[in-house]
Amino acid sequence: MSEKRGRKTARTATGKAAAKRAASSKAPATGTATGDLLFDRPAWSFETLARTHDAIEEVARGELGLDPYPTRLEVVSSEQMLDAYAATGMPVMYPHWSFGKRFARQEMLYRKGFQQLALEIVINSNPSLCYIMEDNTMAAQATVIAHAAIGHNHFFRHNNVFREWTEADSVLDELRHARRFVMECEERHGRPAVEKVLDAAHALLSHGVDRAGRGERPDPVATRARLAERARQQRLEAQDLWLRTVPSRAEPPEEGTAAAERRAMGLPEENLLLFLENHAPLLDAWQRELLRIVRWLATYFEPQRQTKLMNEGCATWCHFEIMQRLRDRGRIGDGAMLEFLDLHSMVVAQPSFDSQGYGGLNPYALGFAMMRDIVRVCTEPTEEDAAWFPDIAGNGRPVETLRRAWADFRDESFVRQYLSPRLIREWRLFSLCDDAAAPALRVEAIHDDEGYRRIVRALADQYDPAAQTPAIEVTGADLRGERVLHLRHSVQDGRVLDPLEVRRVLRHVQRLWGYAVHLTEADAGSGTELTAYRSDGA
Amino acid sequence: MHIVDRRQNPSGRNLGNRQRFIDRARSRLRKAVRDSILERSIEDTSSGERVVIPGDDIHEPEFRRDESTGRRVGVLPGNREFREGDTIPRPRGGAGGAGGREGSAEGEGEDGFAFVLTRDEFLDLVFEDLALPDLVKKKLKAEQSSKPYRAGFTPSGPPSRLNLMRSLRRSMVRRAALGRPRPEAVAELEAELARLEAGEIVPADGRSREARIAELREALDRARRKRAAVPWLDPMDLRFNRLERRPEPVARAVMFCLMDVSASMDDEMKGLAKRFFLLLHLFLERHYEHVEVVFIRHTQRAEEVDERTFFEDRQTGGTVVSSALREMIRIRDARFPPDEYNLYVAQASDGDDVPGDVETCIELLTDDILPSVQYMAYVEILSQRGQPGFAIPRESDLWQGYAPIAQMHPALALRRIAQPRDIFPVFRDLFRREGVAE
Repeated sequence: MSEKRGRKTARTATGKAAAKRAASSKAPATGTATGDLLFDRPAWSFETLARTHDAIEEVARGELGLDPYPTRLEVVSSEQMLDAYAATGMPVMYPHWSFGKRFARQEMLYRKGFQQLALEIVINSNPSLCYIMEDNTMAAQATVIAHAAIGHNHFFRHNNVFREWTEADSVLDELRHARRFVMECEERHGRPAVEKVLDAAHALLSHGVDRAGRGERPDPVATRARLAERARQQRLEAQDLWLRTVPSRAEPPEEGTAAAERRAMGLPEENLLLFLENHAPLLDAWQRELLRIVRWLATYFEPQRQTKLMNEGCATWCHFEIMQRLRDRGRIGDGAMLEFLDLHSMVVAQPSFDSQGYGGLNPYALGFAMMRDIVRVCTEPTEEDAAWFPDIAGNGRPVETLRRAWADFRDESFVRQYLSPRLIREWRLFSLCDDAAAPALRVEAIHDDEGYRRIVRALADQYDPAAQTPAIEVTGADLRGERVLHLRHSVQDGRVLDPLEVRRVLRHVQRLWGYAVHLTEADAGSGTELTAYRSDGA
Repeated sequence: MHIVDRRQNPSGRNLGNRQRFIDRARSRLRKAVRDSILERSIEDTSSGERVVIPGDDIHEPEFRRDESTGRRVGVLPGNREFREGDTIPRPRGGAGGAGGREGSAEGEGEDGFAFVLTRDEFLDLVFEDLALPDLVKKKLKAEQSSKPYRAGFTPSGPPSRLNLMRSLRRSMVRRAALGRPRPEAVAELEAELARLEAGEIVPADGRSREARIAELREALDRARRKRAAVPWLDPMDLRFNRLERRPEPVARAVMFCLMDVSASMDDEMKGLAKRFFLLLHLFLERHYEHVEVVFIRHTQRAEEVDERTFFEDRQTGGTVVSSALREMIRIRDARFPPDEYNLYVAQASDGDDVPGDVETCIELLTDDILPSVQYMAYVEILSQRGQPGFAIPRESDLWQGYAPIAQMHPALALRRIAQPRDIFPVFRDLFRREGVAE
């Protein structure tokens, strides 16, 4: 799922109306032969949508060599759009109050005019679902189709991170299973019990991913089989009374049991949800399945976190390139093109750090700029480029180079590989060090010869998922004695956890584990213990 | 590529989730809503309400780094004058780096969570646990709405109401009664005739073949004529479901607002009264489809006025409370017969009355008004300016007169309001559902 919104892309109703007027007043004035135009009116119809989509796809597949999943365009109303991204953009979702909270918040922002709606949402599935809003003008619809149905969609299909972590064919099945299962559980065990597990699992959402290993590939059939197996296990356990009353040999105490158990549990384990699902002693089968569902969700979203910059860059580059090419063939009128450029320039706006609208680096803008820069390096390299990018400089195959980059990299490695000195100069990037120990911020590097490498490194680190999420592992779980669960946070650069949040999350973890949970923060380098939290309460 | 038009799908997929969220935040919301009702005019609530609740219960925690610790490096765009090694004073109220996650709206849990409740959600929370006293009223007026009920069968009607079972049953009865030959019987005759003619068989009783053939022909002819004469399904068989529109009793209410507008009531006191009336009106609206409001103001004379005049127009004069009660009785008798309406009376006054009139009021109340109404609330508005120094409310004339009646009649309730924040508690107090503790 990907969405764009806010001041970056979305349009106000009045803005749109103005654009409509501008476009309609322009169309007759230019007097272009409308025979070839894909559309000559701002209002869209199913016919123009289909025609435009086909033309866009023709350019994308034929000229750019893109290969997206088949698309299903779904026209929705603005209300439905609001609905959709409250439920994290998924077409099917299990019920949970947090989605209601998000919805209430979004609705207020929207109604009060603080924020506009996303123009589109695209779901990473096969066939991909692309929601487009009925209020968009035809120019906006064309942009959305080129952006989401082609750009994002190609990226979803070919990027390694997505290929490895998500299974586009089964996304919707898995979501349906999740919804059905959660609702069944609510019927059987009551809403509060289900919410308790889901709340706790959501708190660990960013720690439910196998970062080191490859992503899970959930299969609904296997899921059901697993459920049946768990039910069978439960029945077996129910015969415990019978087993205990039958005399049996006493087990001889095994040497080094603790070490063996530790090994069996695969410690240390960074995937907290997985660990709890497998080893929490008190959970019922349905609770473990709920954890698995949330873990699946975390895994599903992980690629989006890791490739935000590239994904948006790819989609923005695609819509820009495709619209340009359609324009060159005379298939898009002047009015529509102006509207498109207006929209596009809003998408790629990047306020500088000291302006009021600054909200971090805009992934659309930086991504788009990097894609264009790669094209430039491929076609018109300078000496500097030849030195920095000997592999691609002047190879004359810009689109192919881009496609390869989209397939092989994620944000962190992409920046490390392709951020050019020229772009650093153009953007006037500089890196700033905020050390709590120092009295002031310090400029570490600017756009000069000494600074390029350091800025590339700093920016790449910034996109490193490991740098975004605190590294927390299960280091020990005593299954025999007091059953304390030990977590450990490896503190990077002295950045410790927010204590209030830690206590809150630990309460959730304790609910799942069933016994006391301890968390230790220790410096990653030296191993010095910094802080310790204990959650022992009943 | 497919295009699917989803616009007709129901929106509001998240209403369920929204309800869950509201359930979860209910206790906080209840407080926020009641606070907001104290602070503002009730009129605003007709559209929906923005409420801010503390984020604790609805906060979604996660392991998050404390942004004020450690060493972070961020890359920012738009450098103008900085050189490597420059230092910049730390901006107040936040860290300077670009930070990892942008716009983490979810992370602002502690700051309170603002969103808009719909009008219904808002009023639900406002009137939670409140009930109308003596809601069930005798016979209620009926004309306005009627609902279709099944009422037997009728020989005519639109095709959509055709009752197949009944129609076919009647058809069968008629066919049997009129002796319409069944197609099998005809087929049998035809078969026998054909075989006789072909010489395959001869009559068993020894009669001549020709005689039998003639007999068969005649029988066949009769049968065919009969079948043609007696249709399989005749219009007279048809039966239709009959629906009868039966009047549904509609619960109606009328609310009499009585207010003293004499000189002793200043604007602030009138404002307090107004809020109380509005609250009552909102509350009644939720229980009755139709609530009519009658505004009666009085000085030494009483008159029925429209809402605007009631609240805004100034008038000076003395105070004869009984005039308002008389006017109310007159209007009730003229337009709102008590056996067709639920009557509610809300009276607001500062408690002044001319000497000797209180007795008249008591008489009117006990003899006429109280037996006919569902509920009467008397709200005494205390002057906010009051007497500095000693705030012991003097028992007003009216209060002294009403208090004994209230002891005997549960339909009469007396409360005092001195400032805006009293209104809602007093209101809740008046309408609290039996057995629900505050």
